[in-house]
Amino acid sequence: MSNDARFTVLDTIRRQLAADPDVETLIDDSPEEAYARIPRNYQRTSKLNREETLELFYDRLRDYDSELVFTDEAGIAKAVAHAMREANETLLLVPAGVPQEWLPQNDVEVRRDFDLPLQPLEEPRVVLTPCTVAIAMSGTIILEHSDEQGRRAATLLPDHHICVLWRDQVVETIAEALQRITHRTSPITTIAGPSATSDIEMTRIRGVHGPRRLTAIIL
Amino acid sequence: MSVRVGHTAEKPAFPILAHELLQDDQTRRNVRHATDVIRNKRALRVAEMPDWQDLRTTAHAIKTHTLLHLPHYLEEFERNCIRAGGQVHWARDADEANTIAIRLIRHAAERLAVEHPEVIKVKTMTSDEIGMNRALEQQGITPWETDLADMIVQMGKDEPSHIVVPALHKNRHQVRELFLQNMGLTELGTEAEDLTGAARHYLRKKFLEVGIGISGANFAIAETGSVCVVESEGNGRMCVTMPKTLITLIGIEKVIPKFDDLEVFLQLLPRSATGERMNPYNSIWTGVTPADGPQEFHVILLDNGRTRMMANVRERETLNCIRCGACLNQCPVYRETGGHAYGSIYSGPIGAILSPQLNGMKYSRSLPYASSLCGACYEVCPVKINIPETLIHLRGKIVAQDQNTLSGKLSQESMGMKMAAHLFEHPKQYEAAQRLARTGQGLFEKDGKLVNLPGMAAGWTQYRDLRALPKQSFREWWKRSHTDRGDGSSGVGDE
Repeated sequence: MSNDARFTVLDTIRRQLAADPDVETLIDDSPEEAYARIPRNYQRTSKLNREETLELFYDRLRDYDSELVFTDEAGIAKAVAHAMREANETLLLVPAGVPQEWLPQNDVEVRRDFDLPLQPLEEPRVVLTPCTVAIAMSGTIILEHSDEQGRRAATLLPDHHICVLWRDQVVETIAEALQRITHRTSPITTIAGPSATSDIEMTRIRGVHGPRRLTAIIL
Repeated sequence: MSVRVGHTAEKPAFPILAHELLQDDQTRRNVRHATDVIRNKRALRVAEMPDWQDLRTTAHAIKTHTLLHLPHYLEEFERNCIRAGGQVHWARDADEANTIAIRLIRHAAERLAVEHPEVIKVKTMTSDEIGMNRALEQQGITPWETDLADMIVQMGKDEPSHIVVPALHKNRHQVRELFLQNMGLTELGTEAEDLTGAARHYLRKKFLEVGIGISGANFAIAETGSVCVVESEGNGRMCVTMPKTLITLIGIEKVIPKFDDLEVFLQLLPRSATGERMNPYNSIWTGVTPADGPQEFHVILLDNGRTRMMANVRERETLNCIRCGACLNQCPVYRETGGHAYGSIYSGPIGAILSPQLNGMKYSRSLPYASSLCGACYEVCPVKINIPETLIHLRGKIVAQDQNTLSGKLSQESMGMKMAAHLFEHPKQYEAAQRLARTGQGLFEKDGKLVNLPGMAAGWTQYRDLRALPKQSFREWWKRSHTDRGDGSSGVGDE
């Protein structure tokens, strides 16, 4: 049945296109050649300098009520510990590949996600990961799910996501950001502020099913 | 073929439904408020983009290009999805898609050793289009809508009234009532936060326990075989991540050529749909990833009337639609009636062209007339669908269709048009008809306007008044004022 359907759908499209007298002139070259001719006059590359790009990004994050912490690589563990204390949390979920040096030594119990079953995975209310790239224009953080950035469930079930990012990971446009995604067939999640809905009277409400809090540790 | 678009086959025409809805002050207030808010937010977010028109131009070009090479891109998507561990099924129509989904759900439920299969669903208008929930329920499968608005619609046994915000016709007090009845709660606050909190708690269990997920797709990327779901609440991430088996229903027009094309659509869609620079979450996944998310992934590629629209540029362009809903919020007709007047889950301007075409012009035939052709929809459309032109094209199609039937040929409209054409060709007869009408109109004239005309003119005056014919026509005035001079120059405006 399914094979018949496949044939019918593809065949119908071809026949329909052939029935349009205007189409012939439009498709006399290969899809690749025609694709290359698509006009792209929108902004693809950066117009701002580094400082302006970063300022814009911080501004967008604050606009989403995210918390921003500025430190250096040596200060990550301290910043994480501080964020945990502020949130009154003691159990921290980390993907298998997150560096040991990022983890607080005292007062925080660290749970590494080595293929944890659902229940222990769901328990921690804070998760710590790095990301691949961030977009200043829209305040977006992009995760390419891996050992280091964790499987998708790890950054979804906890209520509070602490994300570590380097300043040079911040780009201005989405076009630049997509160029930095190298493993395009691994699962990818883009995050712009905490989970939200405007479904009730068009009022934006923070936090429905995804993490309600985002802390960005910026290096 | 059993193409189906929601309940369009059983619905009365737009004027009848609209007439009823216009009496409902509460709904009209809710719709007006919601569309005002999104319109303003959208305008703000579009104004900060100096390259907005360039983005629209590119989006239109990408969609046009993809549709002209659709078989190529569908096959490429299929190949890459399968290579990554996905399974691809093709469905010609609603029934075929539902049959495939039910078979897949049954198999998955068997493996999960679940006696009464349940599925968690993330908002997919395409599943509403094919009436999936009803089909599943008839087979003893329980679908749980997890998008807040869709859940509200499902609990209220209601129908979506907007393609992005399906419960926009309900205010929070009405939502609260529904939640109290359906969630087994005894107490619930009235603030929107209370309601979202209740939804979070209610659905968490489902996300963790139900082993089968169903999603739609905003984009299917041919180059990589990836699927992209755009959302805000996190229910989408839940539905595509937590279940063991995921079934994704994709209209064939949702394919885009390359991963990089997302840089265009992910800018246009959130700003147009909800007035956000970027929606909180996008999930992009490719086939099956070991130890991350569903280990069984099925795609159902759906036609359901789409291929019918491929033979003409005006019709094909309708398939550019990325379902942002901007045209609904902007439409002076939608803003008065709300979505239910359209009798289709696809309402507003885009619904007025999409619903009848998917239906092969058999149902939703009143919708191309549910527009003042003001063009506001075209201006805001992020993929530049020329909706007003398409509305006119479809009106022409409907008239031509009707004229092919005997009753259509003999209809008042058709006869009237033929008579008018004859009169316009014969000036003497035209003038005689004018004089006759002037004498006759006295009976129906009221304050210089004609109301409640009889016979075949009744259709016109049912909805608006017609200005009465003046005492003297232009031609009569011309003749009179120029016979005196005999020089052919006009009596007025002559310098």
